Amino acid sequence: MAETHSLQDMRQQAAVAAKVFIQRDYTNGTMCQFQTKFPSELETKIDKQQFEETIRTLNNLYAEAEKLGSQSFIEGCLACLTAYTVFLCMETHYEKVLKKIAKYIQEQNDKIYAPRGLLLTDPIERGLRVIEITIYEDRSFTR
Amino acid sequence: MKSREYQQIDPQALPTPTQTPLPHHHQADGVDRRKEPRTPRRKWEVFPGRNRFFCDGRLMMARQSGVFPLTLGLIFLTSGLFFMFDCPFLVKHLTRCIPAIGGVLFVFVLITLLQTSFTDPGILPRATPEEAADIERQIDDTGNTSYRPPPRTKEVLINQQVIKLKYCFTCKMFRPPRTSHCSLCDNCVERFDHHCPWVGNCVGKRNYRFFYTFIVSLSFLTAFIFGCVTTHLALRAQGGKGLVFALQESPGRYPYMPNVFKLSLTHLFTAVELAICFFSVWSILGLSGFHTYLVASNLTTNEDIKGSWSGKTGEGVTNPYSHRNIIINCCSVLCAPMPPSLIDRRGFLPADESAQTSGVDIELPNLNNKSEINVCTQGTKGLLESAALSPLLATSCPQGKPQTALPCPDNSPALKSDPSLELSQRCGRAHPNSKTYGSTSPPLRTNTGLHKHKRAASHTARLTFDPHVSPDGDHGSKARGHQGTKFATLH
Repeated sequence: MAETHSLQDMRQQAAVAAKVFIQRDYTNGTMCQFQTKFPSELETKIDKQQFEETIRTLNNLYAEAEKLGSQSFIEGCLACLTAYTVFLCMETHYEKVLKKIAKYIQEQNDKIYAPRGLLLTDPIERGLRVIEITIYEDRSFTR
Repeated sequence: MKSREYQQIDPQALPTPTQTPLPHHHQADGVDRRKEPRTPRRKWEVFPGRNRFFCDGRLMMARQSGVFPLTLGLIFLTSGLFFMFDCPFLVKHLTRCIPAIGGVLFVFVLITLLQTSFTDPGILPRATPEEAADIERQIDDTGNTSYRPPPRTKEVLINQQVIKLKYCFTCKMFRPPRTSHCSLCDNCVERFDHHCPWVGNCVGKRNYRFFYTFIVSLSFLTAFIFGCVTTHLALRAQGGKGLVFALQESPGRYPYMPNVFKLSLTHLFTAVELAICFFSVWSILGLSGFHTYLVASNLTTNEDIKGSWSGKTGEGVTNPYSHRNIIINCCSVLCAPMPPSLIDRRGFLPADESAQTSGVDIELPNLNNKSEINVCTQGTKGLLESAALSPLLATSCPQGKPQTALPCPDNSPALKSDPSLELSQRCGRAHPNSKTYGSTSPPLRTNTGLHKHKRAASHTARLTFDPHVSPDGDHGSKARGHQGTKFATLH
């Protein structure tokens, strides 16, 4: 994954100052949603609005991935009829959205986070439990 | 540093800016030198749970799967007898549809069973050391400074209902709602239903639908076979003779068998088939009924058994995950988009992370387990490797010894400031699982002696320098023991 690559590039070049973890938000059930609370560690680094925008977009994407709609229903029924063998040869809706999310995160990293010495880690690499934001020490670091 | 014995992870035991790339490289080199074939390792090879992987990580199941072959055997036996002895008769006297229906059901049952057994049930990967330390910090911040007893919980509000999240000491995280730690597989499983020995796997978020389809189709299959066998016997009995005679009469169709066998064998087969079906049909029907109820109310077996939402614990407790509509509940359980597997089994281990960051990687019990896990790929090679490593490891866990021997280039500044810091820095990346390995019944054949040694070592460690070195600490540096012989000579 390209995302991991950039992570490793950064790790080689700059020292990690801290890591911030955005935890899951369970208020609406077990759907994958993250807290939009702005962590104080990022105050000097990034705009609150910009950060919230990122998290909100991610939340919307995850909501889209887990949405119960006609599409998922048809997919589920089709899969059930084929004894779920269709999952072996078909890319599921969730996987498609996960790719979108990976792309979005990389884009955000390139545009907003990396120039500020921050790095978002794709939650899928952390078991969808947290969004890990790495703060790098070197402020002049750009990519 | 305050000493907190209950603390699982030392927040300072993490990579700090002062010790960034250098040690990584050093240790990575050490690892590379030891591993002669420099093929990148996949993550399943170092997976901390008690699982068995097949086909290079594509398939997985619980390590203890003793009953699974029995399930397969029973299904094959009953269906085989049915197709061999009942089908020909029923085709002749009734319709050709019978073997067709039976065949479809049989294939369906088999596929769903295999899917249930070999898919990831929804295992949550363990927390990275950094994440665990962050949780640790939060616990310290929010709680009072006094002693906090080990059962840690966090309360969250889900659909206007307070839910307690428990801290998982093995996975080093607060278990998400509906997640439970399977003691047999040693993993946290999302939407944990139960560990099913019959399918040899946990049943959870990702394979519940397979499991449900399996038991429903199995109940259809057994009911169908039971019905067919009964019809078969009834048709034979119709000729004016009794049922017992019908049982004895059936061999007439198999002229190629010697006469003596004909009678007793077929008698036996039909009786076996009838018995298996008779006993299984009720239990399987009951089970499907129970799971249909669970699906309709969006519950898990685990929650049902515990009575989490049955009102025992307090007034007005209802299932917060239910959509209050049977159809929506069914859809959300069975037709929701298939969640992805969170453990990247086939992903490659990054070279430096295998030594440093992820901490799950080079871990002692795992090394020994390898011989059991690598069913498909490594085979004897892994066995030999682990056998070769074990004696070295056994002598290379001198945690009680001074840290100066640790081959870390920049441990001296840390040493000056706080010896325990350095120790725990080295140990912070320890395997989260090691505690459990130490405390549960030893599942491994090779390292019983090792365990003793470990305990002794950890004991000394704690006595000597640091009362709050985490229990996993010792394992961490031991794990690194096989990287260099320095450890061994120290002892």
